[in-house]
Amino acid sequence: MSDKKMKLKNTFKFDKNEVKKFLVNNMVTILFIIICYLGFKFSGLSFHFYLRDITTRVGRNSFLILALIIPVLAGMGLNFAIVIGAMAGQIALLLVTLFAVDGILGFLLAIVIATPFAILFGYLLGALLNKTKGQEMITSLVLSLFANGVYQFIFLILVGGIIPWPDPSMLLNRGYGIRNTIGLGDGQGVGIKGVLDSIINWSVPDAMIIFTILAFVGVGVYYLIRKSRGITAVETDVIGKKNLILIGMLGFAAIVSAIYTKATGSPVNNVTIPVFTYGVVALLCLFTLFIVKTKLGQDFRAIGNDMHVAQVAGINVEKTRIKAIVLSIVFASWGQIIFLQNLGNLNTYGAHTQVGMFAIAAILIGGASVVKANVGHALLGAVLFHTLFIVSPLAGRNLFGDAQIGEYFRAFVAYGVIALALVMHALRKRLQSQDLIRMREEEELEEATD
Amino acid sequence: MIKSRIQSIGWPRIIIFGFLLTLSITAIGLGIPMDQLLSSTLVRVGMNGILVLAMVPAIVSGIGPNFGLPLGIICGLLGVLVTIDLDMSGYSALFTAMIISIPPAAIIGAGYGWLLNRIKGSEMMIATYIGFSSVALMNIGWILLPFSSPETTWPIGRGLRLTISLEGRIASLLNDFWKIPFGKNQYIPTGMLLFFLLACFLMWLFLRSKAGVNMYTAGVNPKFATSSGINVDRQRLIGTMMSTVLGAIGIVVYSQSYTFLQLYLAPMYMAFPSVAAILIGGASTRKASISHVIIGVFLFQALLVVALPVANEIMQEGNLAEITRIIVSNGIILYALTQARKGD
Amino acid sequence: MQKITKDYSGVVVLKDIDLEVGEGEIHALLGENGAGKSTLMNILFGMSVIHATGGFQGEIHFAGEKREISTPLDAMDLGIGMVHQEFMLIPGFTITENVKLNREITRPNVLSKVLGKQLDTLDYDQMNSDARNALDILNIGIDEYTKVAGLPVGYMQFVEIAREIDKENIKLLVFDEPTAVLTESEASSLLEAVKILADKGIAILFISHRLEEIMDIADRITILKDGRLVDTTNKEDTTLVEIAEKMVGRKIERMVREVRSSEDKPVILSMRNLKVDMPGEMVLGVDLNIHEGEIFGIGGLGGQGKIGIANGIMGLYPTRGEILVEGEPLQLNNSRASLERGFAFVSEDRRGIGLLLDTSIEMNIVTTAITAFDKFIKRFAFLTQVDQRGIRQHARQMIEELDIRCQGPTQHTRRLSGGNQQKVCIARALTLKPKIILVSEPTRGIDVGAKKIVLDTLIKLNKETGMTVVITSSELAELRSVCDRIAIINRGVVTGVVPPDASDAEFGLLMAGRKRRAKQND
Repeated sequence: MSDKKMKLKNTFKFDKNEVKKFLVNNMVTILFIIICYLGFKFSGLSFHFYLRDITTRVGRNSFLILALIIPVLAGMGLNFAIVIGAMAGQIALLLVTLFAVDGILGFLLAIVIATPFAILFGYLLGALLNKTKGQEMITSLVLSLFANGVYQFIFLILVGGIIPWPDPSMLLNRGYGIRNTIGLGDGQGVGIKGVLDSIINWSVPDAMIIFTILAFVGVGVYYLIRKSRGITAVETDVIGKKNLILIGMLGFAAIVSAIYTKATGSPVNNVTIPVFTYGVVALLCLFTLFIVKTKLGQDFRAIGNDMHVAQVAGINVEKTRIKAIVLSIVFASWGQIIFLQNLGNLNTYGAHTQVGMFAIAAILIGGASVVKANVGHALLGAVLFHTLFIVSPLAGRNLFGDAQIGEYFRAFVAYGVIALALVMHALRKRLQSQDLIRMREEEELEEATD
Repeated sequence: MIKSRIQSIGWPRIIIFGFLLTLSITAIGLGIPMDQLLSSTLVRVGMNGILVLAMVPAIVSGIGPNFGLPLGIICGLLGVLVTIDLDMSGYSALFTAMIISIPPAAIIGAGYGWLLNRIKGSEMMIATYIGFSSVALMNIGWILLPFSSPETTWPIGRGLRLTISLEGRIASLLNDFWKIPFGKNQYIPTGMLLFFLLACFLMWLFLRSKAGVNMYTAGVNPKFATSSGINVDRQRLIGTMMSTVLGAIGIVVYSQSYTFLQLYLAPMYMAFPSVAAILIGGASTRKASISHVIIGVFLFQALLVVALPVANEIMQEGNLAEITRIIVSNGIILYALTQARKGD
Repeated sequence: MQKITKDYSGVVVLKDIDLEVGEGEIHALLGENGAGKSTLMNILFGMSVIHATGGFQGEIHFAGEKREISTPLDAMDLGIGMVHQEFMLIPGFTITENVKLNREITRPNVLSKVLGKQLDTLDYDQMNSDARNALDILNIGIDEYTKVAGLPVGYMQFVEIAREIDKENIKLLVFDEPTAVLTESEASSLLEAVKILADKGIAILFISHRLEEIMDIADRITILKDGRLVDTTNKEDTTLVEIAEKMVGRKIERMVREVRSSEDKPVILSMRNLKVDMPGEMVLGVDLNIHEGEIFGIGGLGGQGKIGIANGIMGLYPTRGEILVEGEPLQLNNSRASLERGFAFVSEDRRGIGLLLDTSIEMNIVTTAITAFDKFIKRFAFLTQVDQRGIRQHARQMIEELDIRCQGPTQHTRRLSGGNQQKVCIARALTLKPKIILVSEPTRGIDVGAKKIVLDTLIKLNKETGMTVVITSSELAELRSVCDRIAIINRGVVTGVVPPDASDAEFGLLMAGRKRRAKQND
């Protein structure tokens, strides 16, 4: 059998050990799927209500979660400080509201204003993290608290007084400090509320069919281009053979269930998807996949694997780390803008505070770890985390007679899953270094007895 | 010469001290009553003192600042709640609360310490999230635990209230003990300060004992310690247990001064000001002493106390103290992180 | 390289070194630790440490022209490559990715035309085939897309070489102790590969102390000793014994007048098949008998295991085998047990495990006595307190006896000079009143004057109190000047125990791995 055929055959092999390993490594995710399913059952929620909620939440939150991937790739751990990216986005939205720019133009303006802020914040954060190598996560966590303090100082104290603010309707009654809640529009043309979401709207089954067809066509085109250019290397295959099977299976299931849903006329047909928003999320997914296959991505992977060796090979480790963080913060700022345009309301002092924790909990639930994160983790995590969010209060009320317990439960889950991921990562790190030493020692002992 | 002196004191301390000095002079200039400020400062020093002291065994034994202090705090809160349920008040309530919170604090501290021994190098991050998770878990606990006193539970529905008044039970007990009046209606909370100083003294004795030498050596150079016959893991465990117990006792003292017991999300971030205070006092993530505690808690609380009225005069803003606390405490912790030398 | 001379703050480490390597020649560079080999290579590679400490004198000519090499990049541009002892490989990357690290082949794409070259896509097809070529030259059958992480150590070495020869302009390749971590079979594969490369016209500079290997593949041999050029010869014109002699030989001045025989004293310390798992200094089966009152030396080249012995006895690294102290077995892997049986240890890692740097001198001296033996403690019922006064007194006494130059017993040891830090470590050991004192690298990093004092102190102690002294050192001359007997360790085992006046050739051979055929080690 030729080499190529052998390789293809191997991707289909599932031996018992691999299955076992798969289960152990993805314990957290599997546990979560079970919890979510149970939560859904106990919540008594109907499927189409759930569907409506989840499509909205996933649409508006995914961008932020995806922003976490690049720092993990570059070995900088979980970026607890994406909060400062969110702040950059919020600053931009305040300015856009001040300038009273409406519609899609306002949205684009927010993106344009947010980006330089985000780049600056990201640069500062990156420089700080370069000074605290080895303790990046606690540094970014404390920095996010610190930055929150500074943000409050600027917008609660300085704005309107020392920093002039031309629109007094945005200020608190006492004359300075931004209001606690700023409306972002009415969804009808004023402001930017719902602006991205409303561009194209398809019902869920329609969307599933169209997306699947697009996906198949896209994959086909991709491989045709590769063939025409003579690119054969497996490493540059952004999609990967295993994922092709997955896409095929999912696509098939999607089309079948979509046709069935349309045929039976269930209320699911009335749930719509904000297609443009999802499209933007898909673009970020593609960009993330793409960047790994570029020189920059390779540099990220190198420093993520072994900073010292990368340095010796001539890679500017400090600069590359800063680039990774800047990208993450810029995406986070755009992500927060997408989030807020859907929400329609800016909670000036609270919108950003939990952003870091929720996004990180989500990607961890999706199967990521401190050293490994990909697009699949982000998307799966978004669905699972927000499912839990939706069903917890209702399940709590039905099981314990108290919705509050459900809310506390979901907060505990978020903190707990992060604590768990951190502990597992620390344990693995110690085991690895012990293993490496043991491996070398065994080899040397072998040779001594030669 | 002057340069090395400055380096040994450290820029942040100088900056904070300078800040405090400037604010104090401004306060005098603005005619703000100094006796009130002094009294407030002393009260807050006593209130927070033992929580800051809790950082010492943690840092000395080598696990770094105890970001997981909420674990001990929760034990202390439970202790007070039990005494209320038993309808106790006065000194018997106060000391019973402290004593019954020690065993759970020691056990939880031991478990937590065991975990920290397995993850050397990542203590700070994991401590923080273990602290957060336990507070989040206890949120459910506060609702489900079988407390029955009408003072502590919601009249309608289930579970404990968010804040519980300690009036008539242990409120201000230590503060009022031997209180010394001065100025215009101000008092020195002698009892509480004495208690704090007693705790400091006991810790000081401990650090000068053989056990203290063992712990210090284990924290400052684990390899040296091992070669001197010290069981480093055991010392870290003892340090964690001591820190957790002090956290429990500390919150009892804090609550009696505050006159309210705060449950649910209140303990979440309580480690941070304590960490910041001891760092301001001159400690690092690897070295701490009693003098750092006393200087640090004084400087930190004095700064907050003086800043508020001064800012009020200038800007009329109520939240400024809170914001200042956030900026100062997190800022000093960030600085300490950039200074930490790579161990391991 | 002509007349290369270099000093570090006045201490001359290289003087008038001449080195010549021709195209396709395999030139071996031989010398003990500290002979100057690494410094010479640092100069060749333009490492920043050279320029930061005052540069060097002499000239470098490459491919017929005089050159200035001020950064590693200059060396690489000229076509000089180096295969390090410590692998500079990324475990999670494939062989191809490691070979092409930071030299990846890329193609531009839509985004990179707008946003910059760093977003060019990687051209794995091209990279894989280049890597394949390099591997084929070396005759390695492994797939180029295998991850480096799982490879045996020998193969990792080959990946390092593949990376260097993939660089198109490679003309000179330097190998730094390449076989140090390889098994016998891996080593011979490596030597084969080196010969192949030389045949292709690449000049090879082969640094090693494995005399057999050198005699196997070298065309010419240069020997360095104490920073000076001893000789450069053709392989055919010399023998193994000769080069061993030249590597080691120097004039020895005995500090202790007579070489005492220890046969009549009882054996105080005995090791059987001692194995210590100390990374970088593995002990793989050491048998030794040490007599009471001896000054016993343990020598050998770096990384061969001599340091591991004392560390193993003190229970600092996982240890197996048998250790008998005064005839009774010693509990292994237990520092406290070792201390209680009368051992004291002055570690080679002075700043790492020997001292508490940000702590006072007095506490450094007494801590082990406090923690292991309850000394300097006052008891009050169930409470203990340190005897501040007693500690101060003892510290003053030690400072005086050992002449520790400091501002007082409360000064932090970080501030002291190397020699004085070492004296504090010795003071700590002496405070324990040991029966056997183990000293590792006693004079490393200390200036000449302090060196003498440290050795004098050890000799005096031995004479006055009959304390058994075991000195582990890389400086053979030092051992030969004070010890009664010297054991040489190579590859984790004892190759021989000889008196200090044994011939230079004999020492050279022992250090290079030739075992002493003679009787039982005693």
